[in-house]
Amino acid sequence: MESIITDLGFDVLFKGNNAMRLLEGLLVALRISMIAVLISLPLGGLLGVLMSLKRKGIRFFGRLYLEIIRIMPQMVLLFIVYFGATRAFGLKLSPELSSLIVFSLWGTAEMSDLVRGAVQSIPRAQYESSAALGMNTAKTYCFVIVPQIIRRILPNTINLITRMIKTTSLVMMIGIVEVLKVGQQIIEANRKSSPNAAFGVFATVFLLYFLACYPISLLSRYLEKKANG
Amino acid sequence: MDLAVMGEYLPRFGEAFLLTLRIGWAGIALSLLIGLAAAFIRHFKIPLLSGLMAGYIELFRNTPLLVQLFFIYFGLPKLGFTVSPELCGAVGLGLLGGSYMAESFRSGLDAVPPAQSLSALSLGMTRRQLFVHVVLPQAFAISTPSVVANVIFLLKETSVFSAISLMDLMFTAKDLIGLYYDTTECLVLLVLFYIVMLLPVSLLGRKLEKKFEFGRSGT
Repeated sequence: MESIITDLGFDVLFKGNNAMRLLEGLLVALRISMIAVLISLPLGGLLGVLMSLKRKGIRFFGRLYLEIIRIMPQMVLLFIVYFGATRAFGLKLSPELSSLIVFSLWGTAEMSDLVRGAVQSIPRAQYESSAALGMNTAKTYCFVIVPQIIRRILPNTINLITRMIKTTSLVMMIGIVEVLKVGQQIIEANRKSSPNAAFGVFATVFLLYFLACYPISLLSRYLEKKANG
Repeated sequence: MDLAVMGEYLPRFGEAFLLTLRIGWAGIALSLLIGLAAAFIRHFKIPLLSGLMAGYIELFRNTPLLVQLFFIYFGLPKLGFTVSPELCGAVGLGLLGGSYMAESFRSGLDAVPPAQSLSALSLGMTRRQLFVHVVLPQAFAISTPSVVANVIFLLKETSVFSAISLMDLMFTAKDLIGLYYDTTECLVLLVLFYIVMLLPVSLLGRKLEKKFEFGRSGT
């Protein structure tokens, strides 16, 4: 049993605090995704509501923003902000700040589209019935419209969190030391003593990401079933 | 912005563009094959295989491509499976895409109303005729928009190939920026080439979505 663990390179995980370091690396990526989500939700919600209004100017610029963010790979956006900001404005952004800017911009775009779709899908009859019942605007939104919108966007919003977690793995490419980078360091440091560490370490990282995302996916699916049924 | 510099870099970006496209489309072709196979297995609930496919789909849908590529490219050689960067890129993209395509195709198959199958059978169609002439065309129409969305998603995901030392567009841009500091020119070229790669598919997707709208009004 012990030799299998060594052959597959899982033994490095038990040396020193390597397992802990990997987990901390994962937390670096998770923290960036959580902050980006927390920024994206209110901003995206606001933009989504604005987009659902029938104002041509707002709709045009919102749409333009959405299309530009959507067509570019997040990796390209990261490069533009990280390398481009230095060139264009002469300010040196840290990799962390660059990634927060990019993922917030992206999250806001995705979130706004979800909210816009949900707002527009609420039938007119809902507003009219509320008015017929003598509800004022505040009450209509508070008790009739917003609860329905939340119900509709909740599964996809939770899904957006898993997409955000998966996307933040890109930050290693602009030099942030997260779980993949820590993995490489561990493999490099144990090159002699555990030559097969690359398998064990990257299999572990694979599993860690799965454990981080899968429960959230399940929750999203459960809520979707509940909303439809 | 210096147009002369951009002209000078153009051939290198062009080459990287072709490499990205080649591996990207190879991966997408593979993902369609894997996706179709997995969707049929899941739809017909073939014992054992169906559970296996469910596991594969969940595993690859819930992990980032970058991590999958690192595992295939750096991890698997330790078990004796050494792959070239090109093959690794195509296979990685194919496996990731397969898990997404499988869900698209399966939701198409599952969305064909049972009344359609029952009606076809009561008209005296064989199971084979039923599947080829009734279920497949409708399932295809229903899943097309999400399949195209997946294609765009996969083309965008090719941007992580540089992590396994493929000289793709990202690699070329980073390399040239590091060597000569022509940041603006490189970033503009990078964006232009990605637009050339993605815009046609995106526009085509919108057209197809309109064309296949009948698929969604079937119920």
